[in-house]
Amino acid sequence: MATVEHADERRLVAEEHATSTGLPNTKLAIWLFLASDCLLFGALISTYVLYRGASTTGPYPNDVFDIPYTSVSSFVLLASSLTMVLALAAIQRGDVGRSRIWLLATALLGTTFVGGQVYEFTVFHDEGLTLTTNVFGTSFYVLTGFHGTHVGIGILMLLTLVSLSLGGRLGPERAETVELVGLYWHFVDIVWIVIFTVVYLIPTGNGAGP
Amino acid sequence: MATEPSVERPEQIAAHPRHPSTREYVRIAIVLGVVTAAEVAIYYLEALESWLIPLLFLFSLIKFSLVVLWFMHLKFDSRTYSRFFLMGLAGAVTLYLVVLLTFRTFAS
Repeated sequence: MATVEHADERRLVAEEHATSTGLPNTKLAIWLFLASDCLLFGALISTYVLYRGASTTGPYPNDVFDIPYTSVSSFVLLASSLTMVLALAAIQRGDVGRSRIWLLATALLGTTFVGGQVYEFTVFHDEGLTLTTNVFGTSFYVLTGFHGTHVGIGILMLLTLVSLSLGGRLGPERAETVELVGLYWHFVDIVWIVIFTVVYLIPTGNGAGP
Repeated sequence: MATEPSVERPEQIAAHPRHPSTREYVRIAIVLGVVTAAEVAIYYLEALESWLIPLLFLFSLIKFSLVVLWFMHLKFDSRTYSRFFLMGLAGAVTLYLVVLLTFRTFAS
């Protein structure tokens, strides 16, 4: 009897994923979206690299960056990637309660990161670096602002999952939904890995001019 | 004749691959933290000044690969996902490298 039920369950799973590729279309779609987002962030990062040393007036990158502070933000975002995969692993095991806790932890770590970024922007503004001060300011705020917006959207998706879970509508059968949100979240993390290196850690000359 | 989808098709196995264990995830996260700490440390080491940029790119590549392969499961999932992602990534890297070289960004 149990074997029959198990076979029915497997048939249901097979029918659910009966696509021309044999892979879930939603997962293919999110990978395609992430591939396109590589082009967006590629454009923003290369624009920053092009202009960061081209300002004729300050403040310059070395005047405003606080590496220890940004390093802590990086650790926070990396930690959020761990909590995200733990949420996915939990829901795949059928542990809905623990999955909800990890999703909430991911959202909180993401909020901490965005809060830190807002504080950093405030400090830079007080030091005289605004969106229109110089080309370094413009390219820096556009790049990191777009990344922060992506994190913000990720937080909204995570909180939606938490609310679905609280309403009993996010069981193990919807683990793929958690996985899709997780892929987006990890992508935001890998973009930050590149930003942290290229924008903050690689030194630049002051006002070299184009 | 109507055909039912087979429950044993390899592509369906690819749709539900084995993912790493919790212990593996934690181990990867610790490595990511250590590499980030190393990045920040070499930033302050004057002795490594001439090696700073290559080392930073190397560390960044290690972190990027660890997250993509383990946390995003590309090491375990169908290669179709890898092809999709690499298409965008390679396109972006090539396109913008050409742009930066055109503007002689690395000349100085």
